[in-house]
Amino acid sequence: MNALGRILARRETGIAVMIVLFALAVSLYKPQFLTLNSLRVILLLTPLVMIAAMGQMLVLVARHVDLSIGSMLGLSAMLTGMMFRDLPEIPWGLGFAVSIGIGTLLGLVNGALVTFFRLPSIIVTLGTLNLYRGLTFIVSNARQVDRQFIPADLKGMSQTSPLLGIPWIIFMAFAVALLTYWFAMHTRVGRQIFALGSNPIAAPLRGVKVTQVTLLVFAISGALSGLAGIMYASRWGFVNPSNTGFGFEFQVIAAVVIGGVSINGGVGSVLGVMLGVLLMGCVAAALPLLGIPGTAQSAIYGAVILVALLIDRSVRRQGIARFKAARA
Amino acid sequence: MSAAETTPQRIAGRGAAPQRSLWHVILVRPETMTLVLLVLAVILASQLSPFFLDISYILRSFTLSAEFAIVALVLTMVIIAGEIDLSPAANMALSTCLFAWAQASGVPMPIAIAIGLVAGLAMGALNAFMVIGLQLPSIIVTIGTLTLYRGLAQIIAGDKSIRMPEWFIGIDKVLVFGVPATVAIFVVVSLVLGLILAGTIFGRQIYQIGTNEVAARYAGIRTRRIKLILFLLMGLAAAIAGMLTASRLGSVRYDLGLGGELQMVLMAMLGGTYIFGGRGTILGTFLAAWLLVVVSTGMTVANLLPAIQLTVLGVLLIVAIIATNLIYSRAQR
Repeated sequence: MNALGRILARRETGIAVMIVLFALAVSLYKPQFLTLNSLRVILLLTPLVMIAAMGQMLVLVARHVDLSIGSMLGLSAMLTGMMFRDLPEIPWGLGFAVSIGIGTLLGLVNGALVTFFRLPSIIVTLGTLNLYRGLTFIVSNARQVDRQFIPADLKGMSQTSPLLGIPWIIFMAFAVALLTYWFAMHTRVGRQIFALGSNPIAAPLRGVKVTQVTLLVFAISGALSGLAGIMYASRWGFVNPSNTGFGFEFQVIAAVVIGGVSINGGVGSVLGVMLGVLLMGCVAAALPLLGIPGTAQSAIYGAVILVALLIDRSVRRQGIARFKAARA
Repeated sequence: MSAAETTPQRIAGRGAAPQRSLWHVILVRPETMTLVLLVLAVILASQLSPFFLDISYILRSFTLSAEFAIVALVLTMVIIAGEIDLSPAANMALSTCLFAWAQASGVPMPIAIAIGLVAGLAMGALNAFMVIGLQLPSIIVTIGTLTLYRGLAQIIAGDKSIRMPEWFIGIDKVLVFGVPATVAIFVVVSLVLGLILAGTIFGRQIYQIGTNEVAARYAGIRTRRIKLILFLLMGLAAAIAGMLTASRLGSVRYDLGLGGELQMVLMAMLGGTYIFGGRGTILGTFLAAWLLVVVSTGMTVANLLPAIQLTVLGVLLIVAIIATNLIYSRAQR
């Protein structure tokens, strides 16, 4: 197979083609979709999802799933926001450490329950999804942290830009993606996550420390949700106990699975997930242009998850067929 | 490495297991744990407020979660068969929104009800198609359909609420032999499903599938057909539960039953249904539903915020699966 063929056969190419086709189709109705301004809108929709998607990708690759990311985002954003409110003289940069730290802790709780008690991650994170959301209400007394309490510099990160008018948070999202790429592809532990996900029985026999790797992926997922939490405060300028991060998990899972991460573990790439996030951003940006009400978003996420499952299935069957043909 | 060392021992140990005494068999069961917890909860709650010793008060409180409890009974069977369905709460919302939308636009009530039921069945069929036909994991499929169904309900109903006609409202106030109708339905469904699961070939086959699906297929059990029936039953139960909710609330919004999947899974888990399939009883879920009602009513009486109750439910879910897993692993040794 030549180089071009190899590129075309890649999963990421398919998603890129989908993005292009979608953009072209929308621009047939609304030409203004293909402008720099709408690209800006799309990019502004993506950073939170992209950051959390990197964590979710690692969790899915390890053959688990984390439903609690929206609640981890909410709880860490709320605690950080309350810190800003109650201790106004604290340097705002510390908020990042606090938010990421809380997220890591919550993620570790998920990981510990999954790995020490051998529980299915779906049920554990369904439990902690509600547990963390409840805790968010409890610590905040069901009160919102209002705009005036979020430091101006933090809010500025979503508005000011180091270059080309692109805000800081988008650069941060891409930095997280790059780091994840390096971690997943070029470190020993990163490769072990893939080994664990492709064959959970063989991996420990090859010296993969299952407990530690499992704890690690959930901790990373939590840490990145925490980072997304403080960026939520930066992007929207408030933290609300019921809205912040609510339903976020479906958005992220939709982006991750359409980005080619297999639900059967062991398969996934950072580039694919980035493209998946971008595709979901395009869809979200196109809806108001096409006059589709925002209420349709949730249905679209659901449909995207199902379509992604179908694609994943046909890709896997092709792979099996090719494997059999090669052996015959 | 430890797996390789312990496996032969474990096999030998299992072969040499002595016959256990009857009291041991009865006591070391998750349902017993649920019953004990239920009694404890009632005692604690009656310290909190004397109302808890009044059966009609508990019955009235039960109407608030009877709809979820009905679905949880079917969910128990689905989990025993080794699958899971997280979409029924969203299914309740979508089928009821369709039903309400139909009757609000002038369709006669029987046809509107039929539309709702068919919609529920269709949603169950879609889940079944993805899980059985395409062999995709039910966990992720039903996360997808959960989002999809809820989203479609949101598109249909918008953020408005659809009123129900006066005569349709208040099934939870109707008394059957002194018991609210929804509770009576729950009890009847429990009896029927309990008998089916424990006493029929079909029921035993459900356990077989959950224990070892491949072996079940080789033993001549039509695993695909049975799972299809279970998913369809799930859709039907959700649609009925949705309409009961509509009758209780008097109006329908897209967020009907929001977050209900937690309560349903929690009822099944608290009742000792094994999350990996093959074990569990309707009796357990039946007891767990009452336990949950006593706990949440107790929390309401104690003036706890709804958010704290959410936290407690989350903790309960995790504790319940840990405890159930422990009991089953003890029983296996």
